[in-house]
This record gives sequence, C-alpha cells and structure tokens, in this order.
Amino acid sequence: MAYMNDERASLLEVNNLSVAFRMYGRGLLQNDLRVISDLSLTVNSGEILAIAGSSGSGKSLLAHAVLGLLPQNAAVSGEMLYKGQTLDIKKQKRLRGAEIALIPQSVTYLDPLMQAGNQARGADKSRERAKRQKSVFKRLDLTPQTEELYPFQLSGGMARRVLFSTAIITDARLVIADEPTPGMHIDQALEALSILRELAGNGKGVILITHDIDLALRFADKIAVFYAGTTVEEAPAADFLTGPAALRHPYSRALWRALPQNEFLPIEGFQPYAGALPPGCLFAPRCPLKTDACERKNPPMREIRGGTVRCVHAT
Amino acid sequence: MRLEANDIGFRYTAKSPYVLQALSFAVEQGERVGVVAPSGYGKTTFVKILSGYEQPTQGRVLLDGKPLPKKGALPVQLISQHPEHAVNPRWKMHRVLEEAGQLNEAVLSGMGIEREWLSRYPRELSGGELQRFCVARALFAGTRFLIADEMSTMLDVITQAQIWRYVLREADKRGIGLLVVTHNPALTKRVCARVVDLRNINGIKKVV
Repeated sequence: MAYMNDERASLLEVNNLSVAFRMYGRGLLQNDLRVISDLSLTVNSGEILAIAGSSGSGKSLLAHAVLGLLPQNAAVSGEMLYKGQTLDIKKQKRLRGAEIALIPQSVTYLDPLMQAGNQARGADKSRERAKRQKSVFKRLDLTPQTEELYPFQLSGGMARRVLFSTAIITDARLVIADEPTPGMHIDQALEALSILRELAGNGKGVILITHDIDLALRFADKIAVFYAGTTVEEAPAADFLTGPAALRHPYSRALWRALPQNEFLPIEGFQPYAGALPPGCLFAPRCPLKTDACERKNPPMREIRGGTVRCVHAT
Repeated sequence: MRLEANDIGFRYTAKSPYVLQALSFAVEQGERVGVVAPSGYGKTTFVKILSGYEQPTQGRVLLDGKPLPKKGALPVQLISQHPEHAVNPRWKMHRVLEEAGQLNEAVLSGMGIEREWLSRYPRELSGGELQRFCVARALFAGTRFLIADEMSTMLDVITQAQIWRYVLREADKRGIGLLVVTHNPALTKRVCARVVDLRNINGIKKVV
C-alpha cells in the first residue's frame, strides 16, 4: 500500500463533513440541528494537527464522529478516510482503541471502580504493557502509589494524566487528544505534549484539540481554527506564533489578541447557536471586515499563503 | 475586610493522611492573589475550605475576624472549573440569576448573556455560556471575596478574556478580594498582583 512507503502520507482525511442532530419539538415536530457543516481537514503521519476555536464549535463532536461515538440521533454526511479507505461504522468499531485512540475531554470517562494503573493498562495484561504504563506514569509525574488509587482519590490534574496514559500506551497510529492538559501543572503539560510530539516523530498522527493555544503551538505542525461547526482557517503553526499579520481569518486574529500574554482583548458578540446560523459567513455578525457579500453566502475554503481560509477578504 | 485561614489542617477521614497542615493565609479586601502549585497539591481542597464547602479538620477560617456565617448567601463565593455541576439542572437559567438577585440589564450586558438563553435549561448551553451565569451569580451584591478555581481553563480564549475583564472591573469597583487558582502563567501575570505557592505555606510538603 502506498501510504507505507510515504512517511507523510495522509492518515486521516475528512472531506465536507456535516453532522446534524435530530431534535424533537412539540408533538411530532422534528428539527435538524446542524452542529458541524462542510468541515474538511487532513492529518498526515508524523504530524500534530492542533484544533483550536470557540467553545461549542464542534471540536469534540469531530473527534466523536471520527470514532463513531456520536449518539443515535446524529446524521453524518460527507467523507472520512482512514489510510485512504472509507471509515464506516464497521471499520470504526474495529479501529477504535486499536488503531485510533481517544483521550476524552471529560475525566468522567474513567471507570470509577477501577484503579488508575489497571485503567491505564487496559485489557492488555502483558508485562510489556505494564512496563510501558510505569514509564509513562513516571514521565507524567505520577508516583507508583497512584496506580493503586481509584478515580475519586485523584485530583483533577492527576485524573487527566491517567486518562492521557490510557491512550498513549496503546499502539494506535492516530491519537486524538481532546483537551488533554487542563488542570495539569505547566511542566506536566509540557511533558504530556512532548510525548505527543514523540509519537508523531515515530510516524504516528496526532489531533490535539485544545484551548491552550500558546502551549499547543510549540508542539504542533498545523493548526485548524474552528468556529460555529466549521473550519475557518488552516495554517502552519508558525503563523500563529508570528501573530495577526501572518494569520488569514479575522477570527484567528481575534483568538490571538485574546490570549493573556498578548492583548487579553475579547471581541463583542457570540458564536451563533447551531439552530440559528446566519445565512452567509458564520463569523459575519462579529466581523470588523463585514460587507454585503459576507451576508449572502458562506464562503468556501481557499488557499492563501500556504494555508487555507474561509473569508472573502483574506489576502 | 479580610479573609484568613488560621493554622488549618485537613484530611478526608480520621485514618487518611493530612492533605493540608499548619496552613495560614490571608487575603485583604480589594487584593488579587494567585494560588499556584502542581496538580494534586490541594489547591482545590484549600479553596473549598476557604469558601465553606469543606470544614477544616484543624484551625479556623475567619472572615473579618469571625467564622463564616452559617446562614444566608456567603460573602465568600467560589466559582468552580465545572459550571455544569454548579447549577440546578431542573431550573431554567433565569431562575439561577433571580436567586442571586442578578437578573438585570447591567449584569446581562456586562457578562454577555443573551436574553434568549434565560429560557433555556443548563444542558442546552455550552460550558462557556453556562460559566457566564455562574460568574454573574457569584458576583451578587453581598460578595466580598471571589475565588476562581480554574474558572476559565475550559473556555476558549475570547470567552476567557471577556469574563475576566468583567470580573476585574466589578472587583475593582466594589473592592472585592480575588483569589485565583490557575495553571496558566500568562493569566496569573495578567490578573494577579501577588502569587502564593501553596507548597510554601502548606506544612505537608509531599503528596501522593
């Protein structure tokens, strides 16, 4: 197979993905709530793709869509390819946990009746797995005694680190880390991220969903910025470190400005609710560059300066 | 006015080891103090004790020289990292604000709360939207000290800046003392005038 020869071949490709939830109103009234629309992105082996963006912009939903973990009332359209092959439900079932591993966002995913060490090792009872678990715990600053603790005895940051271990000691080719660092001390967070970097160095692919943009960008290759259920920009991570001048979308620039180490400056308004998306560009209601054209049609992604952007004004 | 912990100690049961011991600490009215320490060093336990959610095993917490009042809304308010655990799931959002006497135009526009959200249940709001309600509620008229425990880690940076700007403005205006637990050094630098490392004031130096 071609991807085996090419280190940088695409591992996961998502094309025009849309996800809608069917909601029931009064009586038999049905509503489709479109939570992800027209979303495309690619993760190559050897690469960390950071995903940043507004809370509630569909970042976790994307992760769940890739793994086939969406609830029953979700309607998914578009294309998802893993190593060039369509990811259908059967394939998702086979791959998740083995080829594709998830570090879930909520610490409630830990089994409350299972000790941390067993939990991290999972179903694999081999000595090799136990060895790996011990070394990962050590790197993440978890003492050997932690292995014996149950989730309720762990602090928020410790639970996060256990959760992190469960996914990275597998042999997965693609790791999806959904907000892995909140609650971790800065040194531990940096260690966790360098572990992800090493995985990528070994030819794996990593999706890193995070609000800690400044941390993530020191380790990521690319960044995808999400807003209201779609990507508004995909850029080399370096552009975000350079600052607003290198960025392409007004929302990405707003994110940069809001960081406490930059201007700590919010923008007015809200991300539109999935049930009430504006007809044109989804960011238009808050955009300083808004013109009539923006309100008519949501612009497609286009390539500019080595990245892609969904904005008619970007140059 | 001053909020202080006098020589407090804490353990979960009579058999378990101490998490906090011989810890004394004070924050003055209008002060902005950051509390830092690696995860698992008792930051959350410490602020829960300060805000009356946990009783210390030893020592006392004093507000203006007196123990925390047992009745009524506490002048020391805690904002937790998990807003979804902090609101009544069966109440619509307007009741959450009404309970605190915070349902007015100034609060709504200041916190960026849309009128339409008021008729929704907590589960119909995102974490960022919900946290705005928790912050608004915690800033009710009687608040003298506000404790933010990782208040904004789960929020996108724009929402984070929005909420912090409002909190800092209100705290300045009303002389509210702020205690900020965060792992983000840039945020600490931005909002705190003084930073306390819990490891330096806690008698327990090593935790599991």
